[in-house]
Amino acid sequence: MSAFGRFTHAVVRAVPRSLATEALRTGSVEELDLPRAQHEHELYVSVLKQRLGLEVLELPADEALPDCVFVEDAAVVCGDTALITRPGAASRRNETEAVKDALTKLGLKIVEMTDESATLDGGDVLFTGREFFVGLSKRTNQRGAEILADAFKDYAVSMVPVQGYLHLKSFCSMAGPDLIAIGSSDAAQKALKIMQQMSDHKYDKLTVPDDLAANCIYMNLPGKGDVLLHCTPEEFPESVKVFEKLKDHMLIPVSNQEKVKVDGALTCCSVLVCKNSV
Amino acid sequence: MTTEVGSETDVKKEPEKVPEVQHQTDPVQTDQPDKPADSDPQPVASVAQPEESRSVEPESPQEESSSPDPSSPPAIGGQKKEKGISRFLPPWLKRQKSQSQDQASESAESAEKPQSLKEEEEESEPKDQPDGAGAAPNTEKTEEVKEESRPEEVQLEENEKEEEKSVGSADTQPVREEKEAESEVKEREEEKKEEEQVIQQETSVLSPLRLNKKMKMVVCHVTLLDGTQFSCEVEKRAKGQYLFFQVCEQLNLVEKDYFGLSFKDNAEQRCWLDPTKEIKRQIRNSQWQFAFSVKFYPPDPSQLTEDITRYLLCLQLRQDIASGRLPCSFVTHALLGSYSLQAELGDYDPEEHRLDYISDFQFAPNQTKELEEKVVELHKSHRGMTPAQADAQFLENAKKLSMYGVDLHHAKDSEGVDIMLGVCANGLLIYKDRLRINRFAWPKILKISYKRSNFYIKIRPGEAEQFESTVGFKLPNHRAAKRVWKVCVEHHTFFRLMSPENPTKSKFLTLGSKFRYSGRTQAQTRQASSLIDRPAPYFQRTSSKRISRSLDGAPMVNVSDYSHAVDSALTAGAGENGPALELNSDSKSKLRVQGENIYVRHSNLMLEDLDKTQEDVLKHQASISELKRSFMEATPEPRPSQWDKRLTGSPATTLRLQAQGVPQNSPPHPETDSRDVSKSTEVKPEVNGQPEVVEVVEETVVIEEVIKAKPKSSAPETPVTVETEVKEERSLSSDSESEEEEAEYHAQTPSASISVQQIEEEPEEEQEAGLIPQALPSVVESQPITEAEPADSAPSAEEEQATAQPEEEERTDKDDAPNGHAAEAPPPLRAVEEEPPVVNGSVSRVEAELLPQVICCSEPPVVKTEMVTISDTFAAQKTEISTKEVPIVHTETKTITYEAAQLDGNGDGEPGVLMTAQTITSESLCTTTTTHITKTLKGGLSETRIEKRIVITGDSDIDHDQALAQAIKEAKEQHPDMSVTRVVVHKETELAEDED
Repeated sequence: MSAFGRFTHAVVRAVPRSLATEALRTGSVEELDLPRAQHEHELYVSVLKQRLGLEVLELPADEALPDCVFVEDAAVVCGDTALITRPGAASRRNETEAVKDALTKLGLKIVEMTDESATLDGGDVLFTGREFFVGLSKRTNQRGAEILADAFKDYAVSMVPVQGYLHLKSFCSMAGPDLIAIGSSDAAQKALKIMQQMSDHKYDKLTVPDDLAANCIYMNLPGKGDVLLHCTPEEFPESVKVFEKLKDHMLIPVSNQEKVKVDGALTCCSVLVCKNSV
Repeated sequence: MTTEVGSETDVKKEPEKVPEVQHQTDPVQTDQPDKPADSDPQPVASVAQPEESRSVEPESPQEESSSPDPSSPPAIGGQKKEKGISRFLPPWLKRQKSQSQDQASESAESAEKPQSLKEEEEESEPKDQPDGAGAAPNTEKTEEVKEESRPEEVQLEENEKEEEKSVGSADTQPVREEKEAESEVKEREEEKKEEEQVIQQETSVLSPLRLNKKMKMVVCHVTLLDGTQFSCEVEKRAKGQYLFFQVCEQLNLVEKDYFGLSFKDNAEQRCWLDPTKEIKRQIRNSQWQFAFSVKFYPPDPSQLTEDITRYLLCLQLRQDIASGRLPCSFVTHALLGSYSLQAELGDYDPEEHRLDYISDFQFAPNQTKELEEKVVELHKSHRGMTPAQADAQFLENAKKLSMYGVDLHHAKDSEGVDIMLGVCANGLLIYKDRLRINRFAWPKILKISYKRSNFYIKIRPGEAEQFESTVGFKLPNHRAAKRVWKVCVEHHTFFRLMSPENPTKSKFLTLGSKFRYSGRTQAQTRQASSLIDRPAPYFQRTSSKRISRSLDGAPMVNVSDYSHAVDSALTAGAGENGPALELNSDSKSKLRVQGENIYVRHSNLMLEDLDKTQEDVLKHQASISELKRSFMEATPEPRPSQWDKRLTGSPATTLRLQAQGVPQNSPPHPETDSRDVSKSTEVKPEVNGQPEVVEVVEETVVIEEVIKAKPKSSAPETPVTVETEVKEERSLSSDSESEEEEAEYHAQTPSASISVQQIEEEPEEEQEAGLIPQALPSVVESQPITEAEPADSAPSAEEEQATAQPEEEERTDKDDAPNGHAAEAPPPLRAVEEEPPVVNGSVSRVEAELLPQVICCSEPPVVKTEMVTISDTFAAQKTEISTKEVPIVHTETKTITYEAAQLDGNGDGEPGVLMTAQTITSESLCTTTTTHITKTLKGGLSETRIEKRIVITGDSDIDHDQALAQAIKEAKEQHPDMSVTRVVVHKETELAEDED
């Protein structure tokens, strides 16, 4: 129950070469430029490490796991507990091993999703600081959400149907305490309505023109205050203007141009941990 | 269960007794007298139903014991012989019957005789009345006896026996009760009469003022939040609030509105003790064992004024956590546990506090060593924190838990999937397993209702939606459905409203139960708390007491023997009280009965307030709230007597409703829900028992609408078809119109039109489907009067109602009698006689016969007399019917009467001049509709009354409640000009013999 957005550690994983050719895709057929993707990821990690001062655990890439860079899907961490997921895509199931080991090292209480009928991608899990919203998507089913609810008993876990996108967080994320960044599409707005209805709490919303731009990373770091990693003006100029209205936030544009081609978003590339909360 | 001795006796006596009882009751409950009570409520069922009033109380216990609803089980026709039925019948039914019988007897002795015979037969049947209920019945009986000497005496004896039996049977009852029973027995031996009196006293509702010396006392055991046991002696008839106040006093608790007393029902389900109702009637056969606990979890505990309140809340939450009701993560368990330690033990002391020092505490359902270590670790960090601060911290963390203050109920969704309904301060949450799958905030909910085992919420249309939607959930049983409904009503009122809903608000009939939360709302309790001016009370925390006890300490039951002595003493003196008290109790019971019926049937709560924005509510209540506040503040302390006064004083007071005939300003609603609603509070007890309906075979709904109409208005409407009335037979659409027309015709006279509609549903026949095509009779009910034309068109659209009207086949019936009534208008009483229409197929008309024409009469008595006459005719008919050979079917009969206050004074006993009277009857396989239209001229004002009786016959599958609700709704819409003065729902259910 520590302050929302407070993190001390981050777990990331390197980009495998197989990402360009074998990574799962939902829509884009655009060819992924591997070197650019790798560079992009290095910048991302450096922001976490150098700019923000987080202690970053960098896991090596596994060529057998083309999507392994997207560690977010492999674990959900809240407080002292890490739920190791069972990703909806069978090809990604093994990604959890390395992540689990890393989180174990961080001293988190590990909960594993052993139920063979359950699937859950971390990208479908939106933690607002007060509760969880879990997207029911092609990757995440109800059983997976139930296990999540069991793992984090303090919080309400509400179901949000996700249509047209890979993950719930493909079009939304937290941009601050009680502030939900949300895309403008009908699907995104509909999902937001559901979330608002399901919650006893009233959230503010930050609506951005581009759904993908709504995926940002909020942190509340000592000495830095509100920090927001968001898309770059090159990607989504209009959405960036919206973010720039957050005067109190330290805004850090982070490019995600390549990884987005394989459905990667900013939040996908790290698992954030706050060890102090334990 | 099969046979009830008491019932037999009751039967004999009933007719005679009834009247007296009613009178007695009336005075007691409300200042308003006697008249209404006697005739009004009962009328409908009365004639037909053999069973007596006395049986009611005894039965009630039985009912209680047998969870199934008494009313439902019974078979179809009221006319059917009710052999063992009386037991099953809910108390109110019995009373009604008794009353009706009385009336009948008065009016037509002959009719009574046959009934009595039947009754006797019934009596001959084995009476196994179950339980403790016997005592209650006895009282009623005794009253009767007094009035009627010999026969009654016999009955009395029987009653006594019953009582004894009941006592023995009621295992659950505390030792004291048994003792009391013994004492009672002795007394009985001594003097039957005295005994009777005593019994009566017992049954009678405890009023602070009671004169009875011999009141029976019962020891209540209350498990407090710290696990200790508090024993308190209360009158057997005491209301819940009395005990609650005793407990609060013991605890030195001022902010008590967040708390309540609960008990376990026979199904081990936790039920809240309604403060406004008698304890005994709520717990039924259960032990007098209660738990003091938090009922409304304050969303922000920091706003509580006193530390002691927070402390008690902490204790509750510790229990919730330890029991698993409030799920927590490991860290939270540890954190909350550490605050508990700090509050209980103070700063961590390494010397004094070794690792095992916390072994007596339970921090989690499954407490591990790891957890304990964590707790200790955190405990150390709280150094310097005072107990109050620790409690506050505890609460600050606990309140964030997602299940904090969520009252969960098992249910199934429309697809039969297991879900949980969570009622909380903000609304209704829907869970599937642990997942929240939906949430309905109070502002989104327009209406909450339950029907049988179904629970419904009507949802306000969303921005993009045009129509309201209704979401239904299936609860395990009727009781569960009602329980959820009540909890919702209470939470909504407490958290969402500024002040409890004003009972009188509703304009029109609402068949739903009138149960309302009667206590303070959170806003009010905060207001009151802000005025608390006392030094922070010292209170001892549990640590000292606890020692070796876990936080959730097991309840220790202390039985005090002295109670026995007291009881016996009380009983000895009690006999004296007799009549008056008893009467009161009876009347109350009657009222309650009615209320319940309504409740059961319609069970539709209209949370009108929801519609309003909070602001609106605030505005609306602003003026009132001021008054209320001052009032409430004036009487902050729980004084039972004051409560009572308040309740009685309230406009909605049950008396009238109960009284039957008495017109209430507000429609029936209040009455219906008698249990919960403070308004109806007086009636309550029976309700609890009754509500559970096993199976509903038949329902009869009578809606009387009295429209004060200005002559003009009425006239215009009527114009269309005057003549058609009589002869329009069987043309569906035309019928309805014709009826109306007829009504209008009569309207020549002036203004007031009264429509009585009765809907009877007979069980066996076609179910819903059948009904629909035929146009639900029930629906039609209200409409009849004024707007013949409009009714048809409009209503049809809505629902079956429209169709129903048309369907009616006209029969000329007995209705003449009704007409006469109408003329007499004053008499609100309705005698609805039911003699069980034995055969399923058989038309139920008989049952309905005497409808309540109470409408206008504010004074019950007048009504009665008139009613009597009417009833007689019916009674006679019925009796005949009964005589006929009818298949023997055990039936239960419920009659619900709803009366609206009369707008006009006309009703009062002044008959006026009868201008016209018409009766139309239509029949179809499943439904029979009889419409009486009468116009009377009084003092230059014409009054048109439309009385409709609709008999619905069908299997239990039919959704009677829905049909009723629709009918009423349509009626409202169709006859905006008219007012519904009375709705009588008479329901007869065939009892499965298996049922107990």
